[in-house]
Amino acid sequence: MKLLIRGARVVDPASGRDAPGDVAVADGRIAERVDRPDRVIEAEGLVLAPGLIDLAARLREPGYEYKARLESELDAAVAGGVTSLACPPDTDPPLDEPGLVDMLRRRAKALSRARVYPVGALTVKLAGERLTEMVELAAAGCVAFSQANAPLRDTQVLWRAMQYAATFGFPVWLRAEDAWLAAGGVAHDGEMATRMGLPGIPAFAETIALATLLELARATGTRLHVCRLSTAAAVEMIRAAKKEGLPVTCDVAIHHVHLCEGDIGFFDPNCRLEPPLRSPRDRDALAAGLADGTIDCVVSDHTPVDDDQKQLPFAEAEPGATGLELLLALTLKWAAERKVPLATALARVTSDAARVLGAGSGRIAPGAPADLVLFDPGASFRVTPESLRSQGRNTPFLGRELAGRVRATIVAGSVVYEAE
Amino acid sequence: MPRNPQLNDRGELQHLLSIEGLPRETIERILATAESFAGVTERDIKKVPLLRGKSVFNLFFEPSTRTRTTFEIAAKRLSADVINLNIAVSSQTKGESLLDTVANLSAMQADIFVVRHASSGAPYLIARHVKPHEHVINAGDGRHAHPTQGLLDLYTIRHFKKDFSALAVAIVGDVMHSRVARSLIHGLTTLGAREVRVIGPQTLIPTGVESLGVRVFHDMRAGLREADVIVMLRLQNERMSGALLPSAQEYFMSYGLTAERLALARPDAIVMHPGPMNRGVEIDSAVADGPHSVILPQVTFGIAVRMAVMSIVAGGA
Repeated sequence: MKLLIRGARVVDPASGRDAPGDVAVADGRIAERVDRPDRVIEAEGLVLAPGLIDLAARLREPGYEYKARLESELDAAVAGGVTSLACPPDTDPPLDEPGLVDMLRRRAKALSRARVYPVGALTVKLAGERLTEMVELAAAGCVAFSQANAPLRDTQVLWRAMQYAATFGFPVWLRAEDAWLAAGGVAHDGEMATRMGLPGIPAFAETIALATLLELARATGTRLHVCRLSTAAAVEMIRAAKKEGLPVTCDVAIHHVHLCEGDIGFFDPNCRLEPPLRSPRDRDALAAGLADGTIDCVVSDHTPVDDDQKQLPFAEAEPGATGLELLLALTLKWAAERKVPLATALARVTSDAARVLGAGSGRIAPGAPADLVLFDPGASFRVTPESLRSQGRNTPFLGRELAGRVRATIVAGSVVYEAE
Repeated sequence: MPRNPQLNDRGELQHLLSIEGLPRETIERILATAESFAGVTERDIKKVPLLRGKSVFNLFFEPSTRTRTTFEIAAKRLSADVINLNIAVSSQTKGESLLDTVANLSAMQADIFVVRHASSGAPYLIARHVKPHEHVINAGDGRHAHPTQGLLDLYTIRHFKKDFSALAVAIVGDVMHSRVARSLIHGLTTLGAREVRVIGPQTLIPTGVESLGVRVFHDMRAGLREADVIVMLRLQNERMSGALLPSAQEYFMSYGLTAERLALARPDAIVMHPGPMNRGVEIDSAVADGPHSVILPQVTFGIAVRMAVMSIVAGGA
């Protein structure tokens, strides 16, 4: 299959290219040129960028098929311009055995939509006690090891897990949250939680845990990626750690770039998220940290939740929001509001994410995998339950008008999604 | 932010979910209506026909005796039919969801749901799902709100003290876990109380409570000085010893209301308590039964206030 995309504004964050031009695709890769293409896509007025790489998207398989299935979620991914995604290990059972990882990868591959990169469990059953067989899990395709949102209370185990991962050069992706301080909390410990009578999670639950992670990364030489920052103080700590030369990376969920505690409004369970939405000052620091590159990537933290688990009082509702289909539009919204150049904004969901993932995609250069998204930055849409392909309809952005519609998504040179 | 869900398009009270966000006139109207009902409760025949033919469902997902009883009496004095459901021991244990329970009761032609739930915000969820002619009254949700208690506290203060703008009100104890404290604070700030103080150890004062318009005191003696109203909060048994407090005895030593501490307040100060009291933990018996105590009148006023709320949301009073 030879493909020619003609006349688009080509934005390639990796090279800094942002200019009108043509892009050729042959044999699943970007080509210098193609003769007699099988298909020509006229793309004037549209942006052509590397396909989005989402470092946190739950597909809910195995175990939570009633919340979502690979079919629905990978459809949602490509409809959102996401061509690669990393899925956290918090399935049921968790991704702590090579057989599960192998099965997941094969199921995903057979669907030939987005590429799926499983993140393995760092400890057996995510229980925080025994190490998983990381070497075998890596051989089965795990790209990193994580606890997802499960706590790892025992710092002795954490230390050993990071040492062991570092031995083989495996990246460790962890959230920074002190499990004792966060216990029972459902909202940012501050004015809003006090007003609403919701048990709080203090900001220092994040910074105390982050200090532990950074110290252990220093001591063990682990490639640490800190997931889902939520506080201004944590952004500052990462900035200092990077300045000192520590090879640490981090991400933020797109919700936390836009929303804060006040958006919970009258107990909106769609704003029940992990980590919790924090103060406006935290949100602004996250948005700024993402712009200046202190925060390497922005992720959807896609978590489809069934209605039964969301139609509950705030504290009892299952945390999480659907996001694969909104990641692009919400990233563009952040870029527009914070005056971030398009190429810089897209870097956080393409080339920077590829760097963390260790993938060769995320760029438009001859020889690179032809994973591309073609979108109309000016076309807007309203977020409604019906407009979403994901089985999860739970998002704080329901009813909002967002700009940035995906026209086509290409994975390995094949058009896997096209808007009607 | 979406429209305040307890008000309808015309700004009238559709549900009573929280005192926060209620216009001052609405609060004053409830208090005035309650005053008109106070006479009814003293008559020989204690009934008015305002809610005749209406059904009030007491939905208590958390055990309660006093609040449920006073709601029941209030509804009966308005001539409504009252159905008490102690859900803590029925459908929820069978796995039925909160909204399914409500939908089923709604199918039995309810007019008012009086809801108590252990989870903050639960009545909001119910209010979002009931039919337009149905009304939800929050009878206590988690740590969030207990608006009828707050209103009866305001009624009591007004009964004994008249002018809010002259008052210093001290709320003492476990503010962190108290829906009573939150509701009263919102009511007092809306009605323009001169000063609202909260008194307690750091472990029982929630983060950023100053943003509600209160002054925080950790020293009880300083907090009580020249207070016109003292509201003692109940300390739950499970909080008396652990990470928040070492023991009930030590709590009483630092924050119990004794006659000696009460003397620091104004000579005509009143002492309130939402009940049930822990004598010897938050309050000394001599004070609870003493001349400054208005704890029993609070209970009596509670019936009139709940009559007022029900008649305003559902009876067009």
